[in-house]
Amino acid sequence: MSTTRRSMSGNYAIAYAVKMADVDVIAAYPITPQTTIVEKLSEYVANGELDADYINVESEHSAMSACVGASLTGARVFTATSSQGLAFMHEVLFMASALRTPMVMANVNRALSAPLNIWNDHSDAMAERDSGWIQLWASSAQDALDLTIMAFKIGESERLPVMVNLDGFILSHTYEPIDLPNAEEVRKYIPSRPLTNRLSPKTAFSIGVVGPPEYYYEMKYQAVDAIEKSRSKIKDVYAEYEKIFGRGYRDVESYGIEDAEIALVTMGAMTGSARIVSEEMRAAGVKAGVISIRTFRPFPSEELLDLASGLKGIGIMDRATTPGGPSNPLFTDIASCLYGSSRVPLQGFVAGLGGRDITLDDFRMMFRETDRASKEGRGRSPIYVGLRE
Amino acid sequence: MKCARPKLKGWKEIPEGGTIVEPGSSIQFDVSAWRVSRPVIDQAKCTKCGLCWIYCPDSAIEFKDGKYEPNMLYCKGCGICQKACAPKAIIMFKEGKK
Amino acid sequence: MSATFRTIKDVPKEEHLAPGHRLCAGCTVGTAMRQILKASGKDVAVITATGCLEVSTSYFPQSAWRVPWAHIAFENAAAVASGVEHAMRALNRKGKSDEKISVMAVGGDGGTFDIGLQALSGALERGDDLVYICYDNEAYMNTGIQRSSATPYGAATTTSPPGKLSIGQSTQKKDLIGIAIAHGVPYAATATPAYPFDLMNKVRKGLDVNGPALIHVLTPCPTGWRFDVSAGIELSKMAVLTGLWPLYEVVNGEVRLTVQVPRREPVTKYLQIQGRFRHLDEKTAGLIQKRADQIAAKFNLGPLRSQ
Repeated sequence: MSTTRRSMSGNYAIAYAVKMADVDVIAAYPITPQTTIVEKLSEYVANGELDADYINVESEHSAMSACVGASLTGARVFTATSSQGLAFMHEVLFMASALRTPMVMANVNRALSAPLNIWNDHSDAMAERDSGWIQLWASSAQDALDLTIMAFKIGESERLPVMVNLDGFILSHTYEPIDLPNAEEVRKYIPSRPLTNRLSPKTAFSIGVVGPPEYYYEMKYQAVDAIEKSRSKIKDVYAEYEKIFGRGYRDVESYGIEDAEIALVTMGAMTGSARIVSEEMRAAGVKAGVISIRTFRPFPSEELLDLASGLKGIGIMDRATTPGGPSNPLFTDIASCLYGSSRVPLQGFVAGLGGRDITLDDFRMMFRETDRASKEGRGRSPIYVGLRE
Repeated sequence: MKCARPKLKGWKEIPEGGTIVEPGSSIQFDVSAWRVSRPVIDQAKCTKCGLCWIYCPDSAIEFKDGKYEPNMLYCKGCGICQKACAPKAIIMFKEGKK
Repeated sequence: MSATFRTIKDVPKEEHLAPGHRLCAGCTVGTAMRQILKASGKDVAVITATGCLEVSTSYFPQSAWRVPWAHIAFENAAAVASGVEHAMRALNRKGKSDEKISVMAVGGDGGTFDIGLQALSGALERGDDLVYICYDNEAYMNTGIQRSSATPYGAATTTSPPGKLSIGQSTQKKDLIGIAIAHGVPYAATATPAYPFDLMNKVRKGLDVNGPALIHVLTPCPTGWRFDVSAGIELSKMAVLTGLWPLYEVVNGEVRLTVQVPRREPVTKYLQIQGRFRHLDEKTAGLIQKRADQIAAKFNLGPLRSQ
């Protein structure tokens, strides 16, 4: 397999993947820290490097709306957003999944207002976890590129929209050496989307109809079933991608988990820091591991249950909050998937909101608190890491 | 008396995304019960101007064998056709009366 | 641009909007949409905003549409239509599809004047090749007759009720065509289904121009305007004859009246058959007559018929 190594930011890696995917339509609106993706894409289109229609919409709401319209014709579609932009798309996200319009969206994770904050956390994507979208999470710029390519494969096969998440600035703007796959190989891997003729005079279908009470429930269940069924496809695509391009992905990535007694669950870029500290903990005699959620929707319940079975304590780091909720989003998901099958103590953490650094010391504390929970046999209420009183 | 419930399609049978794959299938929907009066066209007076046809909101006036005729499955009895008829060839009759 | 539809014989017999839809009896939106689809033919993708037309034509499991049709949400018909238009263009250019179809967005006055105005502005400004049809029944009829920014001065709605301190709607109707032509669109026009050939020719021209076109269609609503179900077309005509609804088109910025009114009817003939204006006093009716006179002066309509 011929590859080229190049230094690229996460955002440029995504733009490069979209170019290789030969998308037909891009509809996008600028928002920090996503903007360099769509800037690069409009440059590709302007230079003739990418043959696509680039729609400069007047809002994210219209970006998502135009993407749904474009996808109805059978075109390959891409958009990118962050934070308020994703929140503004909220309504239309549910229509994209329920109407089965595949598309790929890069969501460069950023905090939600108020107060206004352009820096990284996961509150934007977490607020859309019930929208019926597949959510894949990158831990590096290389992941972002690979996941974007795979997202087209998964989404178009399952006829579902796929969100590729990457941490704002930390991944989006940091340059890393990236192995670029061969463009021809990528085209072979994701050839043009088959035209479904959904919006065509040949079929004259009516799409997006009124679902009265005697039908709405069944139609909604179709969306539930669709994302459930996508589980096996996602696994297949990860495996196939590894075979062709040499880099393997799992729904749940784990490090040093085989003999671990405690583990910290993270998502996104912070996985690297967690690994460093877990090794430090091991040197100090605590058998610590790291679990990173790659496929957040559909949620990898079985995989997590498997991993949890050998553990005596699990720490869960959320980079978002659920004010007034039973706990924070990732914690709630994991607690609910372990309920009834595992009694492993869970300790929740909230860290890194609005771009606050999560230091190695913070990770040391999180591992120590997880260790304490494992010894006490129960976790305490969520710890807000680094919060000043 | 037993109430007959129509067998409704399950989620596996409904087309993906709730799409309606049969164009114009509203013709199966009976709106005739909405009607309080019905138009009757006096063909002798009709000048074939077609205004009743072009103004009907319900695509209920049909042109067949050189004649305009309202289709009683689709006519909601609004009477727009009667108002549009210059030679007064259309008369509205109350439903239920002869 | 010549007229395609001159007599009833020029009008295609095919019905692309099937009967059995659930619009109210006497709803002129049904009439307008039939005429619009007769002008467009079947090779058109129709994107409809949430509203009366949408809910009453796509009630699962039955659809009244015989053309490709989609509805996504209330405020985004123009943006969805832009997506469809660009995708078709890209698929054609890249040799992935040879299907040539026009794109039409359809929204009510709420979905166009109010909640959908931003998406509409985007589509018009970008120059996307689509026709946007606004069927204007002058209030949020689908939710039960609430005022919109298209509701005319003096009209009673459930959220602009007349009362001790209110004459009904206290504002003038927004100038939608003015907004459209401020975007520099190549074609914009008013229409109403009482004048079917005028309406259909305008739809045809809107489809034929390269770039965005906007057709603003007045569609009297028996339920919301409170008139006899048989009177919709009569009112559609009376709106024109009083001068309140001038029929004109704007081609590349040039305004042209398409239906002359040699002798204008007094506005009272239009107002008095509608329940929504029943509360009006002479002074308010006089202000509405003044407005009709201003419109008449602007478009060179004929003088008021002597009473």
